[in-house]
Amino acid sequence: MADQDMLENDEPLLVAKSLSKSYGRIAACRDVSFALYPGEVLAIVGESGSGKSTLLQLLSGQLAASGGQVSYRMRDGVARDLATLGEAERRFLFRTDWGFVHQDPAQGLRMAVSAGANVGERLMAVGWNHYGRIRDTASDWLTRVEIDIARIDDAPRTYSGGMRQRLQIARNLVTEPRLVFMDEPTGGLDVSVQARLLDLVRSLVAELHLAVIIVTHDLAVARLLSHRVMVMKGGRVIETGLTDQVLDDPREPYTQLLVSSILPP
Amino acid sequence: MNAPAYNFAYLDEQTKRMIRRAILKAIAIPGYQVPFASREMPMPYGWGTGGVQVTAAILGPQDVLKVIDQGSDDTTNAISIRKFFAKTAGVATTTATEDATVIQTRHRIPETSLHANQVLVYQVPIPEPLRFLEPRETETRRMHALAEYGLMHVKLYEDIARFGHIATAYAYPVKVNARYVMDPSPTPKFDNPKMDNCPALQLFGAGREKRIYAIPPYTQVVSLDFEDHPFEPYRFNAPCALCAAENSYLDEIVTDDKGGRMFVCSDTDYCEGRQAAGHHGSLSAAPYKEKAQEAPNG
Repeated sequence: MADQDMLENDEPLLVAKSLSKSYGRIAACRDVSFALYPGEVLAIVGESGSGKSTLLQLLSGQLAASGGQVSYRMRDGVARDLATLGEAERRFLFRTDWGFVHQDPAQGLRMAVSAGANVGERLMAVGWNHYGRIRDTASDWLTRVEIDIARIDDAPRTYSGGMRQRLQIARNLVTEPRLVFMDEPTGGLDVSVQARLLDLVRSLVAELHLAVIIVTHDLAVARLLSHRVMVMKGGRVIETGLTDQVLDDPREPYTQLLVSSILPP
Repeated sequence: MNAPAYNFAYLDEQTKRMIRRAILKAIAIPGYQVPFASREMPMPYGWGTGGVQVTAAILGPQDVLKVIDQGSDDTTNAISIRKFFAKTAGVATTTATEDATVIQTRHRIPETSLHANQVLVYQVPIPEPLRFLEPRETETRRMHALAEYGLMHVKLYEDIARFGHIATAYAYPVKVNARYVMDPSPTPKFDNPKMDNCPALQLFGAGREKRIYAIPPYTQVVSLDFEDHPFEPYRFNAPCALCAAENSYLDEIVTDDKGGRMFVCSDTDYCEGRQAAGHHGSLSAAPYKEKAQEAPNG
């Protein structure tokens, strides 16, 4: 059993091969290659316009690449090229095996329907047809993300920013995905709320053995959550390595600049 | 034939052919919304322009037309549409459900069971069942194409979370032929079971939204629900005050400003038929009529 686990973990979950995307003459993303293993948290850092978000969209199959390919190992263990997946398969993947946490919760949530229905939507989409069970699972997940169950029937527009973000996480994790994409999940939250959210994400990631690709411009977030860091500039990956190595001992001048631009606590 | 100024049934032949093609496609793909080039009709949107176009396209000189509005044969909408076709097509009209070959309806299915030689034409205001959950038309079309209907259950979930039961009382979503989720137009959910395995052809026309869809005869139509909250048709629990029917859909009529009200069949033809057959409810005038007739003799 242990051997089999090892074997499974030996194979990468997601592999990007010389991925690039250009909008006319502007190259938003150039020749990005990496492999992501199950349970691994990878942070993509860089300033605005460095191609982080484009890369995230390429990886999650929302944008067609101009060159290169992304392959993902499905639950049956077969690696598939995302570009060859049909739309139905891709959308199914998106609401079962993947999660996507948006910076703006309004994009990831249905603001007008209750929190319980928000969490239950993915379950209903994969054919759950028992109200009681859907509700139990939803309340269970609200507890796990520290939302008071008494608020299960309230719409997220009555929630605070931090609660909305936690609800978005619960909504994504309810189908037990193996890979979660996060786009600036702490953006726009105040520092104490950020800390609580990061703490929650870190414990969930460890508990569920999630692989995460997180895009952030906040190096503190990268340091707290990720195992590995990729630094992007002008659409290229200029430095990559273990988080503490890159952040404590940056090689590239640009990375040094990024690290030194953080105000000392 | 008293309408030489119009082409038969108002629309020109090319337009009717176009609508018939859309109808044929709709019948071939039960529950699928077929776009069609809806025309301006001599009545405002919301008055049944979609239904009128479908009726005009399928009507023949031998047809007998019945038009109902909320079950009633004698409201403005029903009368004017009936007159419209009497004038432009010169077809026979009727109020009796059994005698009609084409029945255009707004928001009800007749109580009398339909038979195989009939066509029921619905007037539809909003054909898209997912509309209020997903405002983007491009997205709802994709959801239909991929049969992604989880969202429909989100609506039912919300109902139960808020009211303790599925509170959707009309336009209750159905799945047609185990494939497409469809809005049965704003009929009360009481009528949903009548659509299942119905011997008559059912056509739906939405004029403003430019969509036609259909349920062919003897097609499976299932109302969506949860295992632990099954679909239940709703009916106010009282007999009809005029004909004492226990199993028909009732209208509530306010009779004074002191809270007085009566419940009567919304299907006027059905109610009149029962009264003529001697069924009398608590507020029926029939006993008084009999007395008035007896009075001179006694």
